[in-house]
Parts: sequence; structure tokens; C-alpha cells
Amino acid sequence: MAERTEVVFVDGVRTPFGRAGEKGMYWDTRADDLVVKAITALMERNPNVPGDRIDDVAIAATTQAGDQGLTLGRTAALLAGLPVSVPGFAIDRMCAGAMTSVTTMGAAIGFGAYDLAIAGGVEHMGRHPMGAGVDPNPRFLSERLVSEDALNMGATAERIHDRFPEYTKERSDRFALRSQQKVAAAYAAGKIQPDLVSVATRSDAGWGLATRDEAPRPETTLEGLAALRTPFRPHGRITAGNASGLNDGATACLLASGATAKELGLSVKMKLVSFAFAGVEPEVMGLGPVPSTEKALRKAGLSITDIGLFELNEAFAVQVISFLDHFGIDDDDPRVNEYGGAIAIGHPLASSGVRLMNQLAAQFADHPEVRYGVTAMCIGLGQGGTVIWENPHFNKKAAKR
Amino acid sequence: MTDNTTATGGTDYTAVDFSPLVELFGDEVVTHSLVRDIPLSDGRTLALLTLDNGRDHTRPNTLGPLTLLELSTALDDLNARAGRGEIHGVAVTGKPFILAAGADLSKVTEIPSRHVGKLLAQLGHHALGKLGTLGVPSFVFINGLALGGGLEIALNADYRTVDATVPAIALPEVFLGLIPGWGGSYLLPNLVGIENALKVIVENPLKNNRTLTGADALDLGIADTMFRSVSFLEDSIRWADGVLAGTITVNRPQLPGKIERLVKWDAAIGIARKTLQNRIGTIATSPYAALDLVKAAKSGTRDEGFTREDDALADLISGDQLPASIYAFNLVQKRAKRPAGAPDKALARPITKVGVIGAGLMASQFALLFVRRLKVPVVITDLDQARVDKGVAYIHGEIATLQAKGRINPDEANRLRALVTGTTDKADFSDADWVIEAVFEELGVKQDVFAEIEKHISPTAILATNTSSLLVEQIGAKLSHPERLVGFHFFNPVAVMPLIEVVNTPATDEATLSTAMVIAEKLKKNAVITRDTPGFVVNRVLAKLLGEAMHAVDTGTPFEVVNGALAPFGLPMTPFELLELVGLKVGAHVLDTHHSAFPDRFFDSTNLHKLAEHGKILERNSKGQVTGFDKGALKIVAGGSAPMTAEQILRRVEDGLADEIKRMLDDDVVHAPEDIDLCMLLGAGWPFQMGGVTPYLDRVGASERVFGGTFHTPMVRGVGADVPADRSALH
Repeated sequence: MAERTEVVFVDGVRTPFGRAGEKGMYWDTRADDLVVKAITALMERNPNVPGDRIDDVAIAATTQAGDQGLTLGRTAALLAGLPVSVPGFAIDRMCAGAMTSVTTMGAAIGFGAYDLAIAGGVEHMGRHPMGAGVDPNPRFLSERLVSEDALNMGATAERIHDRFPEYTKERSDRFALRSQQKVAAAYAAGKIQPDLVSVATRSDAGWGLATRDEAPRPETTLEGLAALRTPFRPHGRITAGNASGLNDGATACLLASGATAKELGLSVKMKLVSFAFAGVEPEVMGLGPVPSTEKALRKAGLSITDIGLFELNEAFAVQVISFLDHFGIDDDDPRVNEYGGAIAIGHPLASSGVRLMNQLAAQFADHPEVRYGVTAMCIGLGQGGTVIWENPHFNKKAAKR
Repeated sequence: MTDNTTATGGTDYTAVDFSPLVELFGDEVVTHSLVRDIPLSDGRTLALLTLDNGRDHTRPNTLGPLTLLELSTALDDLNARAGRGEIHGVAVTGKPFILAAGADLSKVTEIPSRHVGKLLAQLGHHALGKLGTLGVPSFVFINGLALGGGLEIALNADYRTVDATVPAIALPEVFLGLIPGWGGSYLLPNLVGIENALKVIVENPLKNNRTLTGADALDLGIADTMFRSVSFLEDSIRWADGVLAGTITVNRPQLPGKIERLVKWDAAIGIARKTLQNRIGTIATSPYAALDLVKAAKSGTRDEGFTREDDALADLISGDQLPASIYAFNLVQKRAKRPAGAPDKALARPITKVGVIGAGLMASQFALLFVRRLKVPVVITDLDQARVDKGVAYIHGEIATLQAKGRINPDEANRLRALVTGTTDKADFSDADWVIEAVFEELGVKQDVFAEIEKHISPTAILATNTSSLLVEQIGAKLSHPERLVGFHFFNPVAVMPLIEVVNTPATDEATLSTAMVIAEKLKKNAVITRDTPGFVVNRVLAKLLGEAMHAVDTGTPFEVVNGALAPFGLPMTPFELLELVGLKVGAHVLDTHHSAFPDRFFDSTNLHKLAEHGKILERNSKGQVTGFDKGALKIVAGGSAPMTAEQILRRVEDGLADEIKRMLDDDVVHAPEDIDLCMLLGAGWPFQMGGVTPYLDRVGASERVFGGTFHTPMVRGVGADVPADRSALH
């Protein structure tokens, strides 16, 4: 097999994530504008990148209609002022949309077809509520291909609790609380802000500027979490507190071949090691990251013990717990979601993958003792996605200390 | 009423009672002042004030009394917050695509007194002026359309950013008979220098109301910096943050210095005044009022400048020219877009191919216009192949010129060229849906041309004639389907003049008339429907004026006296310049036609025929500027024995026009005086300050003298002119 081209993560940004719905800060902001602003800021932060050298723009959205339709990657590139010669396309793998944008572009670079690419995603869940306009094939139910619960993400999370009775609601709530606390601490330490792109937001009260995520609730307490209702079942375990919310936001990142990054003098924040996607029963879609991570580790020739940092998408606390439990990692292991996760920050479906990568990249810079990190997430209808990254700042001496 | 004067020579606006103004504008669409705090670096806060009337972009933000009072209150609050250290800067921006389209002028013609008119100026200063005295730096982010008072909001602030895609930034006041009266006349020259200010305040409004782009505003020094649209507000906020933090310093190379004030200022005003006099004469008051204000802005305080603007605006609002200008503006903006008496558009026939009979200059211009606007095949024909080839070559040449100027791209040029063909075979007209003739202006010729073409075209194809002096119905006398014939009278130059008189004969059917109106709109022209009477509207009115002018000359009145007599109209050119423009032969022909139609009211002129033979009336320098009257022309017209005075001529022309226009309306040539005025504004370039013509005739008493009434009730005029009426120029 020929030598593979090195693929690097140059830089990534995102908009602050908003709460979906009429009261959310992006209610009057278009979805495509969100991702366009992310791309614009990304290009501005990397002035050494000539626009006409971008080989492709992959932008994901789960609901590809209205302001998330019309071949988003192409329209967003045009709206962001990239040269007309730059092509673009749209991607959908539900929650792992942006992650799939990255792996697709990364694969194209790895193959040698591309030198530079933009990958990202957007989801305006206020303008495009989950499941709006879908028309599932009746065979799914008539032939019992999936259970009714498979299309309701909250219900799939309840099923993980069913399957593993030792994952109690209280354990989920504790995990959720720590997520809120870690996000608050990361904000206080200025860890999150550097990769945020301010967005002017219009509302009935005039123009504002979104500079921070809207969803975090630093005031959260265990008691408060315990008192929340369980909307997916009476006396269930899943609440608004231990799950990610409904959010609006967009992400974009710049990928390059190692040679191109060197040629243009670009920063190298992470190196792509391997990636994998895998399927599980749709009814317990939250378990998806387990097989996808095993597969990605196997492809990379690594074991779970080689991984020094984890950025796991917190679709549901229980779903992250299942991953940690499987790999024998503590719920409060400091390597996991150092800046907190989607339970606090939010999860605008197809945009979240790049948020994980931004955070892992920032942590890599802080942790030269870590060589490998993982970004992983579960995906609706029973999938998981995992990308393994290598830390370019890795330092053997630091590792020994 | 005595003003409260401040220590800086200005007016204490806090002591002014604005309630009469508020009452007048009872149903104002209020543009709200919405304030939100924006976090900046180092814990600073920017108060961002959004101007938003809650409507979409089709109803731009405007600034009426309630809007200004709300803004004033909001700025007072921000001033107090700045004093408490809660905010460190204030920025104003607009709703999407629009900052503000200027003062709400919807009630300006109902202002009951000079005093209330002055309040409108004072309230603007009262509110907008606060942007200069907040105690913290003020910014305006020009995110979209900024006209008049909208731009003055920005000028009153300390710093300005502009969106690179703003379509129009302007101070169009002078175009409307106003002056920039909310600080613009003082602030702009003191920001961008005298020459740039004159360009924006005086020159551009008189160049068909030309506007600036964002890049222009940056070049002129109106904006300090420009950002692209995609992240305009974010970038502007970041820039303001930098200014407040001291990391960005603003350079203003255009800022007028001492030398500019000492040497350049008055000289530039002098040049501008002379240019203005040459271009538009001295009748229109607002450009000169603006010049005076800009001149005075050279020295003195801001507050003094504001007080001068108050007085100038009060004079104009209570004068006669502003109401006439607003009336005219509404005609060309609104009535022109919804032509009176136009049939249902649904009746119009689709036009998929155009035939042009004739390949001369006029015909070629038609063909070019039709192909550019309709983008359908256009076939031209003439008597022989040589003429046809020449016509096609001319059109191809014009297309090449458009391409060279970058007005159309090569693909579009190819498309247009391929659509234009020439033929001598009338059979090539068989699939044309619209056939227009531009052949020699002689009844028999036009009749035969149409009768001939009718053999080749479908029974529903529409026939249009560009006749200016013949009756359309007679042109169709030999047609088997006269119901498909319509008059379609362009004005020269065809590409420039916005008017088409659509002549509705007794035989013309609704589908034909509707098609003509729809085609006119597609050609981007304004159409007015007239009855089939001699000269229709524009030529009949002009024939009256020119006939009287030549009559005065024929009776021995010197050319200069005639020109001086008509000066109070403030027309774009003298009668003799107009005659030379249309061509002396054509002019003589127009007078003859009207004389034969109405021998007792219209003069013909033997002298004009002689002048036409001679070739000119005016003496011109090498640049084509008029320097006097041609000696040969003077010789031709010498010998009249009963010269008239200027007063006599003016009276004859005013009364003659009032009489003729009254007859035209009584005869239903058009339905309303508004349509006469619209025709004169668009077809002859008659000035806004006259309101076209009928408001002028009312206000000088001609209507009353001639038919004991007025064209308009109430008259279109000011409430109490402090300035003498338009006659002042005569004495």
C-alpha cells in the first residue's frame, strides 16, 4: 500500500450555540447565515489560506430544506465570498454530520485528491425541529425493522437505562451536573471563547451580538436535576437536565494535507489518525460510539489505553456512561470532556462533530503529555462515529513526567 | 416666536414645544429606537441602538416626529448611563438593508405655518444632535440605505462604518426642494471638505438624484471604514471596540484644514454657484439655499450651523417650490407606476417577436431598446438591403459599445446580436406579435406601410406608430383591423427619456391598449394614456410655449427679451435651445401642425422656417456652449414692428398654457391635471419646482385669470412664503 498523505486539522471555529425556539437568540437568524459566518471567520483567522486553493466545502445538516437546503456547502461557500471556482456539497449523517464532513474531506486529502478543504455543519433546530417533514417508510414498523422507540431519541436513551440497570438516574444526573460545572469552569478559564465566532442577532428588541453559548445553566444542582420531569416515560430516567437540549449553531474547520500546511505556514492543531462509523440496534442508538471506537482503534493499531483525551458528545448522560463503562473508564475521569459537553453547551445536531474537535485541539495544546485523543458521538437510527487524532504538540519528556 | 439662544450661538431645543408637529403626524409609522447592550473587550459595553419600524424592507425606516422624540429619549437615557459609567460607547444601526430613508415627508405639505415647519428642522437637530454630546463616543454603522435624514444620523455621530453593499447613500434634499436640515449642511463639509460636500449636497441631487455606494462614502470620507456585508455588524462592533480601546486610530485625510477654509472654500462655492446658474438657472431656490449654508459652514459653531439650517428649512417648507416638488416627486414615483386608465394587465398579449418598420436612426434605436428589454427576436425592414444592413450594423455597434462599457457581458452581447436581424422581405414579419413603425412623418406613407404589412402579419399582431403629429386613427384608415393599432410616442433620445405617450384611438381595443402599457413597462418607460388629439400632451403644451415665443420674435421682440420673459419658469432650457435640440425643421413642422389643427390658438412662424433653412439660432463656442445669438439668425428675424415686453410675453404664455391645458382636460385628452404634469416632467424635463406645469399656473394666478378657477383644490403651494414669489427674478 502506498504511503498515505498526512491529514491535519488546521483550525476550527463555531458560532455560540443558541437555545432553539422563539425565545432563542437565533430565532430570527438564518441557518445558512450561521454557517456562513463560521466559514468567513475561519478564513479570516487563517489569512495564509488562499480562497482559491480550497478544494471542496462539505457542510452537513440533518434537515436539508429551506435555509438548510440548496446544497449547503456550495451556497455557503458562495455566500462566504469564496471564489466561484471552489466547489461544495451537503452532507447528512444526523448528529454526526459535521464529523462526517471532516472524515469525508479528510479521506479525500488522505487519498491525495485534495490539499485543502472546509468541513462543518449547521443545525437550526428552532427553524427545523427534529423530525419535521420526515416520512419514514412504513416497512420500518410493519416488518419490525426497528421499534417505535427508534425514532425518538429520548426513548432510545431510556432503553439504555433499561439494558443496564446499574446506570441509575442519579448517576446520569451527577454526570450532567459535572458537565455544567466543567463548562462554567472552562468559560471562566477562557478555554471556550477563542474558537467562538460572534454573531449579530436580530430580534424584536433590536440587534444583539451572540458571544457565548446560550444553553449552559451553571446554577444547576443535583436537587434541581432530580426534580425535573421525565418527558419520555412516566417515572423514567431521561430529563431535560441529563440530556443535550434543542439548539441552533454552526461549525466549520479547515483541513489540509501535511505538505500544504507546511507550504502555506498553517497551524497544525491535530493530525488525523483514523476514523470509523459503525451501526447498532436503532433502539439503543446511544451505544453506537462503542463499536465505532473499537473499529477506529483497530484500524489505527491502538488500544483504548493509548488515548489520553476524550471528547464525547453528550447526547445523553447515560449514553456517555455506557461508553465509559464499556472501556473501563470512570464517570469522572479527568481525560473525558475536560471542558464539559453537550449537556451544558447544547447539541445542534449536524454541527456538533467539529465542536468536539475544536475542544480536543485546544486540550492537545494544553496537554503535550498526551499523544492520542478521541472524538466520538452517537447517531440517530443506531450509529456511532469516532475519529482518532494525534497531538502534534506531543512531547515524550512531558509524557514521562 | 423668539428663539432661545444658547451660549454657543445656537438654539436651546429643550425649550421648544414640539407638540404641534406631533399632532400633525398623528398616524406616523414610528421607527423605534431599540437598545441592547453588547459586551466588548476589557469589560467595556457598547449600547447598540437599532432603528426599526417593525415592517419589512419595502417600508423603509423613516423619521417622523414621534420617531425623533423616541430617539431623543433613548439618547438621553444613554447619556445618563454613560455618565454612570455603565456604557462606554453608543452605536446606531438600522434594520436589514435600511438605516433610514430620511425624514417622514408624508405630512410636510400639510404643515400649517412657517413656525411648525421650523419645528420639523429643530426637532431633527434636537434628537440627532444628541449623538454628538453623549459623553462617550458615538458610532453609526451604516448597514443599508441611508438617505437624507438617515445619513444625517450618521453625520451627527463621532464615527461611521459602512457596509460595502449599501445600494444608496445620499443627501437628496435639494432634488426635492429641501436642504439637508438636520445637521448635514454644516457637518458634512466640516467632515469631508468643501468639494466633496458640494458633490453630495448639490451636484448629485441635480444629476438625476445620483446616490453613493458604500465605497463612494468611504472614498469621500463620509465613512471611516468599510466592511463586507457578510459580517458587517460583527466587524463594525469589533472596530468600535478597537476605537474605544485605543488600538485603532482613525485617520481623516478629507477633514478640511485651515488652508482649505482660507483658500479653497469660497472659491469652490463660487464655482458651484456659477455652474448651477448655467445648468438650472436661478429660479429653483433650494440649491442656492444649500450653497449658502455650506458656505457659512466654513466657520462658526455647530449650534450656529444648526440654527441656520432651521431657518433655511422653515423658509423652504413654507414656500411654494417644496409642495410643488413633493407633488412632482409623488407623480413620478407613484402615479407613473400606476398609470391612470390602464386596462387589466391580464388582457395583454404575449410578445415573442418584434418587427420594426424602418431602419433609420429612430427605428434602430427602437430595435435596440426592444431587444435589450424584451430579449425577443427583433426584425427590422426598410426599402432596400443597404439601409437594412446599415440599421443592423448600427444596432450591433451599440451592443458592442454596451459590452465595451461593461454594461453587458459577452454572452449577453452575443444573445442580443443574434436576436437582431434585417430583412427586405415583409414575410419575415409573419410571426411578429408587435410591429412598430418609424417611417417618414407623412400620413399617406404611414397608411400605406401599415396596409402593406397587414397582409403579412397575423390578425392579432399589434401595430404601433411612433407618430408625434398625426392622428393615429387616420394612420389606421386603410387597415382591415384598426382595433389593433395604438399610438406609441417616444421622446428623443429614446434610450434616455422616460416617457411614452400611449395613444388610445376610438378603435383601439382593450387588449391592444393593455399590451402597449405592459410593453412600455417592460421597456422601463413610464406610459401615460392619451386620447388621439393633435400633439397628444407634451408636444401640444410645448407647441403653445414655442409658438408664443416665436410669435414674440416675429413681432419684433429680441430673443433675449423672450428668454428673460420665460425665466421665471426655471425651465431646463430656453425656447430657442429647445428648438435647436428637436431640430428647427421639426420644430417648425410641430408649430404648423398645431396651427392647422387649432388656427385661432396656435401660431405658426414663417421666420422659424427661414431659421430652419439657415440652420441655427444660437451662437455657440467650440464646446457647444451657448454664447449668444447667431448673427444670421438675428438678421432673419429683424424687422418686426410691435415688440412685446417681458411682462406681456410671460402673461401671454402663462395664460395661454392655462387655457390650453384646461381645454385638454375638458376634452379628456388625459383624465387629470396630474397626467399633464407627469408628461411634462418626464417627457420635457420640466422642473419639480413648477410641479410640472399646473401647480405653477395655479400659484401665479393664470388659472384664475383664464377660467376663474384652479387646476388643484387646494392649490399646491406653500402656507406663507417668507421669500417673495417666483416673480422676484424678473425685477
